Amino acid sequence: MAVTEHEIAGVGHSIKRKEDARFIQGKGTYVDDISLPGMLHMAILRSPLAHARIVSIDAERAQALPGVVAVVTGELLGQHNLAWMPTMSGDTQAVFATDKVRFQGQEVAAVVAEDAYTAHDALELIDVEYDPLPAVVDPKKALEPDAPIIRDDKDDQADNRCYRWETGDKSATDRAFEQADVVVSLDTFYPRCHPSPLETCGIVADVNPVTGKATLHMTSQAPHAHRTVFALVAGLPEQNIQIKTPDIGGGFGNKVPVYPGYVAATAASLLLGKPVKWVEDRSENLISTGFARDYHMHGELAMKRDGTMLALRVHLLSDNGAFFADAQPTKVKAGLFHIVTGSYDLPAAHVSAEGAYTNKAPGGVAYRCSFRVTEASYMIERLVQNAAYELGMDPAELRRKNFIAPDKFPYESVTGFVYDSGNYEAAMDLALEKVGYKELRDEQKRLREDGKLLGIGMASFTEVVGAGPAKDYDILGLKMFDSAELRVHPTGKAILKIGVQTQGQGHETTFAQIVASELGIPPEDILVQYGDTDNVPYGMGTYASRSTPTAGAATAMISRKLRDKAKKIAAHTLEVSEDDLEWETGRFFVKGAPDKAATIQDVAFAAYTNHPEDLEAGLEGSHYYNPPNMTYPFGTYVVVVEIDEGTGEWKVRRVVAVDDCGVRINPMIVEGQLHGGLAEGFAIAAMQLISFDEDGNCIGSNFTDYLLPTSWETPNFETFATVTPSPHHPFGAKGVGESATVGSPAAYVNAVVDALAHLGVRNLEMPVTPARVWEALQEARSGS
Amino acid sequence: MFPSRFEYVAPRSLEEALSTLAGRGDEAKVLAGGQSLIPLLKLRFASPALIVDLNRVPGLSYLEESDGHLRIGALARNRDVVASQTLEAGYPTIAAAAPLVSDPIVRNLGTVAGSLAHADPAGDWGSVMLALGAEVTVRSASGDRTIPVADFLVDTFTTSLEPTEVITEIRVPKPEGSSGGTYLKLERKVGDFATVAVAVQLALDDGRIGRAGIALTAVGPKNIQAIDAERSLAGAEPTPESFQEAARLAADAASPISDVRGSADYKRAVVRTFVQRGLDRALELARAS
Repeated sequence: MAVTEHEIAGVGHSIKRKEDARFIQGKGTYVDDISLPGMLHMAILRSPLAHARIVSIDAERAQALPGVVAVVTGELLGQHNLAWMPTMSGDTQAVFATDKVRFQGQEVAAVVAEDAYTAHDALELIDVEYDPLPAVVDPKKALEPDAPIIRDDKDDQADNRCYRWETGDKSATDRAFEQADVVVSLDTFYPRCHPSPLETCGIVADVNPVTGKATLHMTSQAPHAHRTVFALVAGLPEQNIQIKTPDIGGGFGNKVPVYPGYVAATAASLLLGKPVKWVEDRSENLISTGFARDYHMHGELAMKRDGTMLALRVHLLSDNGAFFADAQPTKVKAGLFHIVTGSYDLPAAHVSAEGAYTNKAPGGVAYRCSFRVTEASYMIERLVQNAAYELGMDPAELRRKNFIAPDKFPYESVTGFVYDSGNYEAAMDLALEKVGYKELRDEQKRLREDGKLLGIGMASFTEVVGAGPAKDYDILGLKMFDSAELRVHPTGKAILKIGVQTQGQGHETTFAQIVASELGIPPEDILVQYGDTDNVPYGMGTYASRSTPTAGAATAMISRKLRDKAKKIAAHTLEVSEDDLEWETGRFFVKGAPDKAATIQDVAFAAYTNHPEDLEAGLEGSHYYNPPNMTYPFGTYVVVVEIDEGTGEWKVRRVVAVDDCGVRINPMIVEGQLHGGLAEGFAIAAMQLISFDEDGNCIGSNFTDYLLPTSWETPNFETFATVTPSPHHPFGAKGVGESATVGSPAAYVNAVVDALAHLGVRNLEMPVTPARVWEALQEARSGS
Repeated sequence: MFPSRFEYVAPRSLEEALSTLAGRGDEAKVLAGGQSLIPLLKLRFASPALIVDLNRVPGLSYLEESDGHLRIGALARNRDVVASQTLEAGYPTIAAAAPLVSDPIVRNLGTVAGSLAHADPAGDWGSVMLALGAEVTVRSASGDRTIPVADFLVDTFTTSLEPTEVITEIRVPKPEGSSGGTYLKLERKVGDFATVAVAVQLALDDGRIGRAGIALTAVGPKNIQAIDAERSLAGAEPTPESFQEAARLAADAASPISDVRGSADYKRAVVRTFVQRGLDRALELARAS
């Protein structure tokens, strides 16, 4: 009997997550759960000031506290050439400040002690004398000629500009604007927010004083890339560095960079010959590690009177903090922001960007986002709604009129992306039907007559995920391919090793399902391994929704290679020609004689016991997959809100989300990803903000000030799918982990703006607090 | 959490606790639910030399009605107040406020008395007790004293409690006749402190308003009793006009600061909205009682 599709639960099946058993029983192992014999504890002293010269650091009192083993300063690190490190954007960042501090919370020194309490007590005994300097907190002011220079450590830096970048055709865009009937513009700020994974960052660094082997248990979304960075930064031989990621409690981009704490703990372990643990607390995570967004954007859309879009012009100013540490491919300076033309067939576009150093934490990470596509999607989707108001058109109909038509794919955009596939109108129509769009517009009209405020907002986003291809995308020179190694054991059970790194995405389940579909081995018979650089093949890690498009493809490809080999073995054991064999999931059978068959388990056994003499034994191999293109998931989200005019509060009545991520490996896990992203998008739109006062003090340094919504605030989500397979991915899948974070903020904000649009309101800045809504209402009412 | 070093004692009786405080009150902090103190310790904003943990002292967890008062013992948890069946009818303001205090995790441990002792101007219980005209009974080794809540709450994080004293009980007079009340709170999320909250208590006397209590949360250096608003209502007809006027006076009594939650003007506007809505609801309950 053949194994049926259903029994093997491959791609398309909502099987339960294999990893959940240990998580729901509290049996996961996170970095802070690791305890090694003789382990010491490190705590970091951080700057209370945003900008100040360091006059002196006196650690004598700290050193004298019983239980303190060592105090690590930038000076000490400098003696080992470790005071500075490279960032993900090719800039430099102080590990510990030596000359001056450049943001509040910057690492200044560390205490290594026998226990964590003593280490923290000793921090208070380090005397640092600061000479305060004026703090630069506004990126616009940072670029003014008389602004204090933040990066005076760099010889070639005479101002606070950290990059300038542009793309698109400026003259074609200018010409189109001259011919336009209508131009709509929007100035908006995508505020600084933070990925805030529940597990903060940390490391247990264990450098063996005899062998020199450095075993680094750390919170990393990209263990291999981090190993290479460590080899380059510390000069350690790469074969002697082993990065091991245990369970990772969320990443969302926050665990892509290399942080000073990792470097300092490793240096301390190297110098002291003992394991050193460093785990940051919540405030340290919020004030010093990779933030997200912080983009000041200006967009203009040129159109004909009938709504036909002619050109898009966008300028952005990014606030990069004290070090240009954005995690992004080398060839771009504002990530993939130039996907800002979105889902629309725009004949011309020009995008210009510049970045400013400020006295704020560095590290613009793509928080659940493929390299700045979130900011781009927000810009265009907000602009399109305002364009519809200006034209007197329905926002959905303006979108429909300008969508890239299904027959135009693959579609080359004017900013240089080749969209692999799409059917935007189908996704939007499904969303409009599910939400009851026409009825809602009628209800909105009736309620307005009674003075009540109902808003309907939407976003028809296009994502771009799955970097490589390697020729276009690298990080610090490391090409963005990914890998899989598959070993099928004699009994037909398998181990799959992948170069990507789960932080909650469910890889142990979904990657097993890919093998299951390709080879017919049930998912429960496949152990998925990752996150140990001594054990798994090289890969660039998990972020930017790249795991399924890259390592997922690699997994399919190596499975197919092994299936080809398996066919030869099956032909041998069945004593037929390969050409006489046919494959159905889980077995080869002889054409015309379906009972004469070898299951994949039979073949696996034969691979070690009865393989053809001209064939290597075993059934294993690896594949490095270089994606020919990125994948372009898309969808339409519709949000309906009601507003309490007395308080400005807005309540979400409906969220209808239609996502098209091509073929879904595990629809239940996809749903979970979408729910998470829709919740995070809501949080960003409604309540999250890392802000700074004029002295550069960070406001938002704990969960009292930086808000994570609970189940009480989070709206109910209604999710639906259309399926447009990726034409170049081995089984038609696209990345999806970030679609909802990317697409939803504009839909929420558009809904609130829409509720007030008849009063002339065109913009509300995130977070859209009740106070901001109330103020917009006061202004609109007093103006009318 | 890595607080500064502190000494910890867990007395088994109130007398033992009070004698410890009599000697070392100045360097001690009393721990009840710990939902304000422990975060302060964690952030090292507070570094007391001694923690006196009351949780092993028996007989302080009561919530009961006697001699015309609701008596809330020092260790009665917010959770106990939420769960109490007796409050809905007689003390609707308390019943409305209790489930709005922070989140379930905090309510499981946090106490009403501890909230008052912390005197956070964004604390909910201060306003509720002001609106209800409650008193606080405190005790030291040398005896008891009873303080009206209006005198107990002195300033931001400051009460008239001496370092040698602990709160033993909160006494809420039972509202007389036809009365109603409620608590309205605007918060950014569950568990957040109020952006603005308002406690309203209203008694009807022969169709007219008898005693009115209105107090405001998070719009000043401490919980604010809106005295002018209360006076404007006493003896007045319960009409939309008199409620509007009270709401206006209450908004005047507020002295909020502008911050990330909103501007001072905004917060005053919310006070006005909430006082008006609160009075409408209180009147509805009073008429039904």
